[in-house]
Amino acid sequence: MRELSLHVLDLLENSLAAGASQIRLGIEEDTRANLLVITVADNGRGMDRETQALAVGPFYTTRTTRHVGLGLPLLKAAAERCEGGLELHSEVGVGTTVRVSFQRDHIDRAPMGDLVSTLMGALLSSRRGWDLVFTHRFDQHEFGLDTSEARELLGDVPLTHPAVREWLESYLRQGYEELYEQGAG
Amino acid sequence: MPQIKSLDELRNLRQQVERDISTRRHTGTTIIVGMGTCGIAAGARDTMHAILEELRKREIDANVTTVGCIGMCAKEPLVDVEQAGQPRVTYGNVTPDMVPRMIEEHLVKGQVVEEWVVGRLQSS
Ligand SMILES: Nc1ncnc2c1ncn2[C@@H]1O[C@H](COP(=O)(O)OP(=O)(O)O)[C@@H](O)[C@H]1O
Ligand SMILES: [Mg+2]
Repeated sequence: MRELSLHVLDLLENSLAAGASQIRLGIEEDTRANLLVITVADNGRGMDRETQALAVGPFYTTRTTRHVGLGLPLLKAAAERCEGGLELHSEVGVGTTVRVSFQRDHIDRAPMGDLVSTLMGALLSSRRGWDLVFTHRFDQHEFGLDTSEARELLGDVPLTHPAVREWLESYLRQGYEELYEQGAG
Repeated sequence: MPQIKSLDELRNLRQQVERDISTRRHTGTTIIVGMGTCGIAAGARDTMHAILEELRKREIDANVTTVGCIGMCAKEPLVDVEQAGQPRVTYGNVTPDMVPRMIEEHLVKGQVVEEWVVGRLQSS
């Protein structure tokens, strides 16, 4: 896939589809260690051992139609091409954690792409009763969002309200600009 | 230096929104974008982005939400337009460049873009 952020959205959608009420997304970029690590942890329904093995195996698909460039096996392959890997930890009834690592400056590493749109895709989910804690660390700098804090301030006004949605998007865009400016400086 | 946004601004935004509800006419439109694996692979995230941009540019008040797989993978990206009292219209293979016309005709003029429709659901 041309952008890692599309894989991130797919992981978040997996967690939402698994009925999670708590999702944690962590992105860590460490230029000194030359490492990029993406972690998505949820408290959704989880997978038994057999499903886990199938989910990251090369030929498992519950689908019959096209499925281009996404899913856990392809993400695993992308990470391994970059001297990294994918670890899957899951327990039925407890939740699932997916951790993917890449050599950050590896020539084959896809760019992060539009993480803000990825976050908006998840934040605008029609599912109710879930929260996302998101943190992006770039060396010693950090940016993030905890939807439970936002919801607390918003009361009955949903995250999907047009005015709130626009505010959130510009909040995220500004946060990212600053994160990368600080990181470069 | 530009003003740094703080989450606390949501408190004021909430008050504004709660005041606005009584004064502004709600369009009553919800746009639903399929965001399952097939949708994402087919470009649904960029389609959603184009929808958000178009609504913002034209200052159109509509809700946008995302849903998981709807089971019509070959027609992704799928976009549903739901309006009070109207059948829910499903558009298929919606690429970002189709978004301005969809919004202009369906949301602004109230005319469904028939050639892109792949399904209809009577409103409940
Ligand atoms: N976070 C998760 N929690 C529970 N099950 C999961 C999770 N992520 C993936 N799975 C299981 O693994 C399968 C394969 O996931 P994926 O490769 O993303 O393809 P898809 O989402 O299109 O089915 C899913 O259908 C689901 O059964
Ligand atoms: Mg998936």
